[in-house]
Amino acid sequence: MAKNAHNKDLQVTHPETSHAHGEHHPELGFWRKYVFSTDHKVIGLQYGFTALFFLLFGFTLVMIMRWQLAYPGEALPLIGWLFSEESMPGGVMLPEFYNQLGAMHGTIMVFLGVVPLAVGAFGNYVIPLQIGAPDMAFPKLNMASYWAYFLGGVVMLGSFFVPAGAAKAGWTSYPPLANIETMGQTMWLLGMVFLITSSLLGAINFLTTIIQLRAEGLTFMRFPFFVWAQLITSFLLLLAFPPLEAAAILQLMDRLAGTSFFLPSGLVVSGQAMDITGGGSPLLWQHLFWFLAHPEVYVLILPAMGIVAEIIANNTRKPLWGYKAMVYSVIFLGFMSFIVWAHHMFITGMGTAISAFFQITTMIISIPSVIILSALFLSLWGGSIRFTTPMLFALGFLPMFGIGGLTGLPLGLAPTDIHLHDTYYVIGHFHYVVAPGTILALFAGIYYWYPKITGRSMNDLLGKIHFWGTIICMNFIFMPMFIQGLAGVSRRLYDGGQLYQFAQPVLKWNEVMSIAAWIMGLVQIVFIVNLFMSIRKGKKVTENPWEATTLEWSATSSPPLAHGNFQSIPRVYRGPYEYSVPGNSRDFAPQNEPEEKVPVA
Amino acid sequence: MDIPYTATARPDTGVYNAKVGIWLFLASEVMLFGGLFSAYIFLRIGAPAWPGMLGGQLYKTSFDVLNVPIGTFNTMILIASSVTIVMSWASLMMNDFKKYKRYMGLTILCGLAFLVVKAFEYNAKFSHGLFPADGNFLAIYFTLTGLHGLHVVGGIIVNSYFWGPGSKMWKTDPKRFTNRIEVAGLYWHFVDIVWIFLFPTIYLL
Amino acid sequence: MSDSAHAEDVKKHVRIYIAVFGALAALTVITVAVAYLHLSIVPALIVALFIAGIKGSLVAAYFMHLISEKKVIFALLIFTVIFLVVLFVLTISSYHDQIGGHIVP
Repeated sequence: MAKNAHNKDLQVTHPETSHAHGEHHPELGFWRKYVFSTDHKVIGLQYGFTALFFLLFGFTLVMIMRWQLAYPGEALPLIGWLFSEESMPGGVMLPEFYNQLGAMHGTIMVFLGVVPLAVGAFGNYVIPLQIGAPDMAFPKLNMASYWAYFLGGVVMLGSFFVPAGAAKAGWTSYPPLANIETMGQTMWLLGMVFLITSSLLGAINFLTTIIQLRAEGLTFMRFPFFVWAQLITSFLLLLAFPPLEAAAILQLMDRLAGTSFFLPSGLVVSGQAMDITGGGSPLLWQHLFWFLAHPEVYVLILPAMGIVAEIIANNTRKPLWGYKAMVYSVIFLGFMSFIVWAHHMFITGMGTAISAFFQITTMIISIPSVIILSALFLSLWGGSIRFTTPMLFALGFLPMFGIGGLTGLPLGLAPTDIHLHDTYYVIGHFHYVVAPGTILALFAGIYYWYPKITGRSMNDLLGKIHFWGTIICMNFIFMPMFIQGLAGVSRRLYDGGQLYQFAQPVLKWNEVMSIAAWIMGLVQIVFIVNLFMSIRKGKKVTENPWEATTLEWSATSSPPLAHGNFQSIPRVYRGPYEYSVPGNSRDFAPQNEPEEKVPVA
Repeated sequence: MDIPYTATARPDTGVYNAKVGIWLFLASEVMLFGGLFSAYIFLRIGAPAWPGMLGGQLYKTSFDVLNVPIGTFNTMILIASSVTIVMSWASLMMNDFKKYKRYMGLTILCGLAFLVVKAFEYNAKFSHGLFPADGNFLAIYFTLTGLHGLHVVGGIIVNSYFWGPGSKMWKTDPKRFTNRIEVAGLYWHFVDIVWIFLFPTIYLL
Repeated sequence: MSDSAHAEDVKKHVRIYIAVFGALAALTVITVAVAYLHLSIVPALIVALFIAGIKGSLVAAYFMHLISEKKVIFALLIFTVIFLVVLFVLTISSYHDQIGGHIVP
C-alpha cells in the first residue's frame, strides 16, 4: 500500500523522481533566470515590481483626476501638454477623458495592482517558504500565470491609444452603457480575460501547493495565519472569477457578434432605436459581475489580514490571541462572501424578500470580520510591542480597516443604501478598506519580508516618514468623502458637483482632498528611494532578523534562485506563533526546532 | 531539490499533485459553464416565447431550429470518445503501450468527428440566414456550443501531444506518463459531461 | 486512482466501462425519445434534467473514478457544488422578486 511504501523522511521518499529528473540544475542564462523564470521567488518579484508599477500608474491617473475635481475647467499645469488634443485640449480635461481615467483607475488598482501584489507577489514569494516547499507545485503554470497577467496589463494600457481612448463605462462596465461604448471597452474585456486566466492559474497553483507540498508535521492548524488567508483567497479566486469570465464572453458577443444578452428590447440611444433583437437583461450582467466582485473584496482584504497577523504576532512577542477563532472566521468569511453579492444591487428594483435575504447575509458576514479584527486588537494586550516600521503599518491597518468596515454597514442595509448609493460615501467606504487598509498592510509586508529577499533591511527613518506621511494624507483624502457623500454628492460628476445647489457647502473639501493626494504622491517617492537604495546600501542582517518563528525565516536570506529554498527539507514540530513560551531560553521557538528540554523546576 | 509528488501520491492526501490541480481547474470550469447556464435560464424565463422570433420567423420549438438526430449522433460520438480515453489509460495501467496508442488515436478521431459534425450544423444555420444576432435562442446556442467546441479543440491538442511527441515519457517515467493520461482523461470526461447537459437543455427543451 | 491499482483491478474496471457506455447510450436514446413526445415544459424539464443528471453522474463516478476518489478531492468539489447552486438559485430568485412584478424585456 501507498502508505507503507513511504519512508518517514521526505527526502528519501522519492528515489524514482530524483533519479528521473535528478540532473544538476545547470547555471541558467539571463533570460531563463530572470525573465522566463519558473522559480517562485523570481516570479514573486516580477509580480511585485509589475504590480507596484501599476499601483503607481493607477494612482497617477487619480492625481490627474483630482486636479479636475479641485479646479474644474482649469488647465493642468506642468504636465498638461503631455496629453493629446482629443483628451485635454489646451490642458483642460474633457469629460470623456475624465471617464476614461475613472474607469481605468478602478480597473488598474483592483485587477492589476492590489490583487497581483497581495496574491501574486506575496503569495508566490512567501507561501512556499512558509510551508517548507522547494517551489510551487506547477512552476511552468506559475510562469504562464505571470505572463498572462503581464499581457492583460499591456492590453489595458494599450487601450488608452485606440481610437476614442480607453473604456469609459466604469470599472463595473454596466450594460447597456458598456455595450454602446467605443473600442476601448472591447480592449477592456480582452484584458480582463487575460487577467482572469492569470488569476485562475495562480489560484490552482496556490491551492495545490498548500495542500500537497506542506512540510512534514505542518498540519492545517499549524499554518501561519498568512497561509490560511491565502488558501481561502485562492478558493475565492477559483470559484468566483469564472462567472465574470462567462459574463465577459457574453459582453464580447454583444459587442462583436451583435447579440443581445444584456440589451433589453426597445433600447433607444441618442434618440435612435438600436438595431438589435433585444430581449436581454442588463441585470444579468450585474448578477454575474457582482458574483465575482463581492468575493473580490475579500480577495483584496484577506491577504492583508494575513500579513498583519504575522507582523503583529512577531512584534508583540506573543501568540496571536484566538488563532483558532481567526481560522474558523476566515473560512466562514470566505463561504459567506459568495452569498452577499446583491447588496450592490438594492436600487435595481429588487423585491423585499430577496433584499431582506441579502441584508441578513450582509449583516452576518460582518461578524467574522469583527472577530478577526478583535483578535488582532486583543493580541496587542499585554505584549511588549516593538514599534518597527512594519509594525507601524500593521497597527495603522487596524483602525483604518475598522473605519472601512463599520462605514459599510449602512450600505448593507437597503433603506440607508438608497440614500447613499453612488455617492462619495461609497467611494470613501471602500477606499478605507482597500487603501488605508489593504495597501498599508501590503507596505507592512514589503518592509517585513524585505530582509528575507535581499539580506538587508530597509531604512527605518525613511520607513517611518513614509508611514506617517501616508496615513495622514490618506485620512485627509478619504474622510471628507464621507461628508460629501452624506450631503448627497454623486461619485460620477466630472466637475465634482459644481452645478448642484446642495453640493455647494461641501465643495471646499475637494481642494483639501486633492492637495492631500498630491502630497501623498510625493511621500511615495521616499518609499521608492528606500526600496531601491536599500538593495545595496541597506543594513546587512542575519537570516532571521525579526526573531520570527515561521519557516520562511529558517531559509537562507535571498534564497538560491533554482528550485530549492532550504538546505535540508524542514520538519515542523509546533504551531506558528510560539513566542515567549515560559521556561524556554529564548522568547521565540521556530516551527522547525524540536522541543526544547524544559528544565524541571 | 525536486518538487515532490509529481509521480507518486502524497501519503496523507493520497493523491499526486496534478490530480489536485486538474480537479481545481475543473471546479473553475464548472463555475464558468454555471455562469453561462444561469445566463441561459435568466434569459429564457424572461422570454415571451422560446425560441420565438428568429430572423423574422416564428419558431415554436427548438426542434424546428436545430437538427436533433445530428445532435444525438454527436452525443454518441462524444460518449464513445470518453470510453476510448479511459481505455487508453487502462491500457497503460496494464503496461500495453500499443493498445494505449490505438485508443488514444481513436479518442482524437472521435473529437475531430465531433467538430466536423458541429461545423456542418453551424454551416446549415448560416446558410438559412440564422446568425447569433438573430435572437437570444441562437445567441445562446452559438455561444454555449461554441465555447464547448473550443474546449473540444483544446482537448484534441492535448491528447494529440500525448499521442505523439509527449508519449516518449512512457520510456523514461511510465508512472508519471500514466498520471498525465489520467489527468487528460479527467478533462476530456468533463467536456463530455458539459455536452451531456448542453444537449438536452438546448436541443430538446 | 492511486498507485495501489493493479492490473487485475483494471481488468475488472474495463468491464464496468463497457457497461457504463451501454447505459449512457441507452439513456441518450431515451431522452431523445421522450423529447419527441413533446410534453409540456415542466415534465419535459424534469425528465430531461433527471436523465442528464444520471448520465453526468455515471461519467463522473466511473470514468472519472469519483466513486473511489480520495477525501481531499471531495472536499474541493463540495464547495463548488454549493456555490454553483447558490449562483443558480439566488440569480433566478432575484429575477422572480422584482418590484412591480416581472419586467418583461
